[in-house]
Amino acid sequence: MKRSTVASRYGGVFVLAAIIAILPLFLANSFYFDVAINSGIAAIVCVGLNLLIGYAGQISLGHAGFFALGAYSSAILTDNYGWPPVASLIMGLLAVATLAFLIARPILRLRGHYLAMATLGMGIIISIVLNQEVNLTGGPDGMPVSAFSALGWEANSDLTWYWIVGGSLITTVWLALNLIDSAVGRALRAVHGSEVAAQVAGIDTTRYKILIFVVSGIMAAYAGSLFAHYTGFLTPSEAGFFRSIEFVTMVVLGGMASVFGSVIGAVILTALPQFLTVFHDYEHVMFGLIMMLTMIFMPKGLLPSLRNWINKRPL
Amino acid sequence: MSLLEINGLSKSFGGVHAVQNLEYTVESGKVHSIIGPNGAGKTTLFNMVTGVYAPTSGKTHLNGRDITGLPAYKLAALGISRSFQNLQVFFNMTVLENVMVGAHLHCRRGFLESLLHTPSISRSNDGARRRATELLEWVGLEAYITAHTDSLPYGALKRMEIARALASDPKLLLLDEPAAGLNNIETQEIDKLIQQISDNGVTVILVEHDMRLVMGVSDHILVLEHGQKLAEGTAGEIRKNPDVIAAYLGGTAETN
Repeated sequence: MKRSTVASRYGGVFVLAAIIAILPLFLANSFYFDVAINSGIAAIVCVGLNLLIGYAGQISLGHAGFFALGAYSSAILTDNYGWPPVASLIMGLLAVATLAFLIARPILRLRGHYLAMATLGMGIIISIVLNQEVNLTGGPDGMPVSAFSALGWEANSDLTWYWIVGGSLITTVWLALNLIDSAVGRALRAVHGSEVAAQVAGIDTTRYKILIFVVSGIMAAYAGSLFAHYTGFLTPSEAGFFRSIEFVTMVVLGGMASVFGSVIGAVILTALPQFLTVFHDYEHVMFGLIMMLTMIFMPKGLLPSLRNWINKRPL
Repeated sequence: MSLLEINGLSKSFGGVHAVQNLEYTVESGKVHSIIGPNGAGKTTLFNMVTGVYAPTSGKTHLNGRDITGLPAYKLAALGISRSFQNLQVFFNMTVLENVMVGAHLHCRRGFLESLLHTPSISRSNDGARRRATELLEWVGLEAYITAHTDSLPYGALKRMEIARALASDPKLLLLDEPAAGLNNIETQEIDKLIQQISDNGVTVILVEHDMRLVMGVSDHILVLEHGQKLAEGTAGEIRKNPDVIAAYLGGTAETN
């Protein structure tokens, strides 16, 4: 029994690592690398967001705000203040963690639609600040970001970025799976299942909600920081409402409370607009449509539905 | 020895006095039942004792320690657990995981060690899994251990909630209508279970409408009506109490 739980926890990580290791052989040019890297960055955000939405049952329509704050912290500290990128990254994560912690207590008292509206407002405020603070962020025109470097080494090739993002994603997935398979993870799911029963079991529900809000914010900020250095140019649209909705759609499509589902959802919805021009022209419409169709036909999301289907299939 | 002391406890919702100025002492190691017509304040009393509601006034003491108004999760750490009248199942988890959540306070819960899944977390998980399995077998749900909660019949979910409540190793267990919606055979199983729980040294407070169950299992009974104490005593005393008979049968010829 113990062996099987270890296998089920790490089996998926090995498969993911194997896919990430082999994939470069099939990436013909930098366009494909770009899609893969952006998919990986979105997947990191979605794995964190799924801990909050899918496991702990708390919605956030403002996580692009944390993503953008991570990105802009890196950009501003590195380029305006000359900090080393690694220090900027860590500072950005600390800043987002602090902000998420301060927002969490008042905001997570709310439930359902009210929480959705409050997080939406949070994202909009961050977006407005990034637009208005022209001296720091360049405002709506955006700002350039220098390359990521550490100890004289600089990340400048597609392949390097591919490994950085791939390694980060594997680590994120591994940490998320670890967390879920612990008393802390069970407590988070219990908060989702029944808050009053969770409290009776000795779980300080407020504390756990704050914890996972902060953790998912940190993961989004980390992905944002990678994104800033990778693309080399930021605009406030990264904090926009549509970006937040994109992340949530990826989580919903892949499957609530499914870590690997989030990775798959992120890959599909990052890649589709790049390969299908129809999708690209009607991106907003397509995202809305995918969200609706998922809700109607696969409310559990892609991966859990697939798993159910395989389990139920007559052999 | 008294485990729980309730002094002048009241709870009002707007103008409705759900529980008024209640005095009651729960003796350690006994089975206590709270009965009364619908709306008498039984569940409100439960919710105050378990920290789901804060009382409007009055005090509760556990082993002499003032626990008035403490939140449920702190009371759990002090040894109070409960089941719910309307099931509160974690439907997003398996049966085993539901009971493992009950053992939350006995698990290692450091954030960093959980994130890295250190060997101590593995051991803690194994311990919780073993304990939950034992309890599920004990309440007679061995067939459902790996099942998902949404595949369980109602009676099994009720017993799962009892197993979950026991997983915290409570000193005081409050069962809110554990036999509601169950058939005769299932009720007899609950009856046996309550006696076993009591034999293991856990003090039980029961809210129940099934009089046969209450009269058979209780050492002491508290009767509530309109949020106030109507009577208390042993099953025999309660059965003969004219006020209780009046409340249950809808009044006698003389009204007071």
